[in-house]
Amino acid sequence: MAIRVQQEDFDLGAELLALRQDNPKIGAIASFLGLVRDINEGDAVAGMSLEHYPGMTEKALERIVEQAKARWDIFDALVIHRVGDLQPTDQIVLVAVTSAHRGEAFAACEFIMDYLKTEAPFWKREQTSSGARWVDARESDENAAKRWEK
Amino acid sequence: MITLLYFARLREALGVSTEQIDLPPEVRDIAGLTALLRARGGAWENELAEGRAYRIAVNQDMADGATAIKTGDEIAIFPPVTGG
Repeated sequence: MAIRVQQEDFDLGAELLALRQDNPKIGAIASFLGLVRDINEGDAVAGMSLEHYPGMTEKALERIVEQAKARWDIFDALVIHRVGDLQPTDQIVLVAVTSAHRGEAFAACEFIMDYLKTEAPFWKREQTSSGARWVDARESDENAAKRWEK
Repeated sequence: MITLLYFARLREALGVSTEQIDLPPEVRDIAGLTALLRARGGAWENELAEGRAYRIAVNQDMADGATAIKTGDEIAIFPPVTGG
């Protein structure tokens, strides 16, 4: 398991290659790449800054990956989340999961992402034409995480 | 002493990012601590009022009102998270 919280950008291809290298048992990698959009709640977004809680962020992400590993038959998972100042089209988050077959990889990847959205202590502050604002948590994200409790 | 950390919108609304306070002996859990902070009045009373959406972590684990606290703990108060 690798968890990285960083300001720097990352190379998706290089990360996936590193995740699967030297393990011929891997038959599937599911990855989710999150990007900064230029619109939110109907307003143009010029950029955003991401704050986090150093220490707890990594712990929370590790716990989420551990839960995914306990629930699905996966080999490994990688989570990279950027912090600091970001612009529209920038990469913001990567979750990648390796397994023997696609079903487990898809499910675990989506589970990790849904829990990251509601459990990992990150906060977005957007720059819009009417000034900077903190992004509000969404009920739809809470509901996405809750469906895994069934 | 306990260490209190505030993040994001709450950090700005309360005007502080971190502080250390002596834990009064009668304060034994998070509910007691938030009552103590609300008694500061102003933004504290408003932001930490019943029904407001905020989260609390004790030593970097999510907590609730019944979570016990003790001297030396790191307690963080923050808005619902919005990463990803």
